[in-house]
Amino acid sequence: MTLETDKLSYTYVGYPVLQDIDIKVNEGEILGILGPNGCGKTTLLKNLNKNLSPKGGKVLLDGEDLEEITKKDIAKRIAVVPQTNEVHFSFTVKDIVSMGRMPFQGLMEGMSRSDMDIVEESIARVGLTDYADRHINVMSGGERQRVIIARALAQTPDILLMDEPTLHLDINTQFDVLDLVRDLSRKDGLTVVIVSHDLGMVARYCDRVLLIKDHRILAIGTPEEVLTPENMDLVFGVDGELVYDEKSKENTVFLHGSSKRKV
Amino acid sequence: MSLLKLSRRQGLAVVLTAILILTVYCVLLDLSWVSENVSYTFQEVIDALMGRGTWSSEIIVRDINAPRVVIGIFVGAGLAVTGAAMQAVFKNPLASPYILGLSSGASLGAAASMLFAIPFIPAAITTPVMAFITCFLTMVLVYTMSRSGGVVKTETLILSGVAVSSLLSALVSFLTFIAGEKLEGIVFWSMGNLGNADWNEIMFAAPIITVASLFLITQAKSLNVLMLGDVHAMDLGVDVKRTRLFILIMTTVVVAAAVSFVGVIGFIGLVIPHILRILLGPDNRIIMPLSMIAGSCFILICDYLTHVIAPYYGTLPIGVVTSLIGAPLFIYLLIRRKKEVGWN
Repeated sequence: MTLETDKLSYTYVGYPVLQDIDIKVNEGEILGILGPNGCGKTTLLKNLNKNLSPKGGKVLLDGEDLEEITKKDIAKRIAVVPQTNEVHFSFTVKDIVSMGRMPFQGLMEGMSRSDMDIVEESIARVGLTDYADRHINVMSGGERQRVIIARALAQTPDILLMDEPTLHLDINTQFDVLDLVRDLSRKDGLTVVIVSHDLGMVARYCDRVLLIKDHRILAIGTPEEVLTPENMDLVFGVDGELVYDEKSKENTVFLHGSSKRKV
Repeated sequence: MSLLKLSRRQGLAVVLTAILILTVYCVLLDLSWVSENVSYTFQEVIDALMGRGTWSSEIIVRDINAPRVVIGIFVGAGLAVTGAAMQAVFKNPLASPYILGLSSGASLGAAASMLFAIPFIPAAITTPVMAFITCFLTMVLVYTMSRSGGVVKTETLILSGVAVSSLLSALVSFLTFIAGEKLEGIVFWSMGNLGNADWNEIMFAAPIITVASLFLITQAKSLNVLMLGDVHAMDLGVDVKRTRLFILIMTTVVVAAAVSFVGVIGFIGLVIPHILRILLGPDNRIIMPLSMIAGSCFILICDYLTHVIAPYYGTLPIGVVTSLIGAPLFIYLLIRRKKEVGWN
């Protein structure tokens, strides 16, 4: 399943937030969206599942205009892992993950046998089986993040959108979460779009990178093509370079410091 | 039910059984009151209900006490379930129709209709209709006040509710002050009294409250997701704007019906869902229906208490009793549970 934008633009109280965004996310690929704060990357993500409606242009899901599809039908195909937030009510892990089956159920309909199987499997895939009856309001940020990923998996989606999935997580947990996402993408052909701040993580895990500056696309392509020293200087004001790490056999980004210090 | 190491299903069974037994007991208790410190035994109450009682017991139980108990059941159920719905919509255990100013809104319309009678139309019709109108206008006013850029934020919504509510309460006080000889009637009504309603009014109010409450319960699953945050609900395919508006309208309907027939009875929507959530967890599919039963039970206990001190001071307005029980809990929540309330 592909996700495409056609001359997408968005304004907020008269100010442009996104202008002429043309992207196509292919089936099974992981696309990273990078850009400085306020460049519109979260807004772009919200447009991709109709949480916001474009002010101009279109978003196309397998060629079909998102505006023509109901939110409920979109939720059957596109799952979202929003930025982590605290929960003040004592739902259990199982309660939360079960909510992922909601788009497939009627108004008053309960969980079917197959719904319960999917929920259990989703919990197992993020490694929380032993935590199924724990209360979410007493869990750590990393655990909560995994619960929300499990909920997204329970939607059995074709496309997964993630907003800053590694923010507030311990460093080892950041790798665990993104390893899991890559695994899902490679094994199940899940299409993933990740909005992030983290140049290193994007270079390592994403097949392609979209770089946004001043509400427009600056560059799109493989991490090697996009994360050039010139682009990193231009967009983030940092002196950095993308390198291939022989030990992990992965890309990473070296940041030497702010561009100001460059001699 | 972590306290007793019961599973949720077992906990639900225990709590449901306890509430049902307590409710039956409260119905009989509230039906048994005669006067001062005289009460019928439960056997006499049942006989009177079955038509086997004495001439006087049938009049007291069936004609005097029964309407009070029946309207209490519906009002208690309606107020408790709207409280549960509000708390879920606003992700805040302190939210209730009172915080949003809906009760003050309804009472302004009702008080105005009592003071300025419209010619040819009986007060029994103008009061609920006026309460509906002002309650609905209050809801629209609070909702539009808190909208900016197409988004309604919980914090602004609650602040708008508090602001509008204090203005409306002042207007009700003003009307009460200029009421002159009608003063006593308005004061007594505004503090809440189940004894105001007669069978005709019950036949009008009960179906409205029941239907609107059941509509609210159909939204229980969406409300669960809304408790995690609006974004989560949207991501799971819930039309957040429409759901929220639907719930606010249904709440308005219940509150207007309750306020116009029995006056302002506070804190039921706060106390009942909160206690049930402590016992059974936050799932609205369980909390909302159980709130209806427990709300009826609670209002009947309070109504009985209004009569207990009758020999000394006369019958108390029920709103005083519910507030005396509910307000300390509200204060406790503010002090002890800041984190849960979201104000840490």
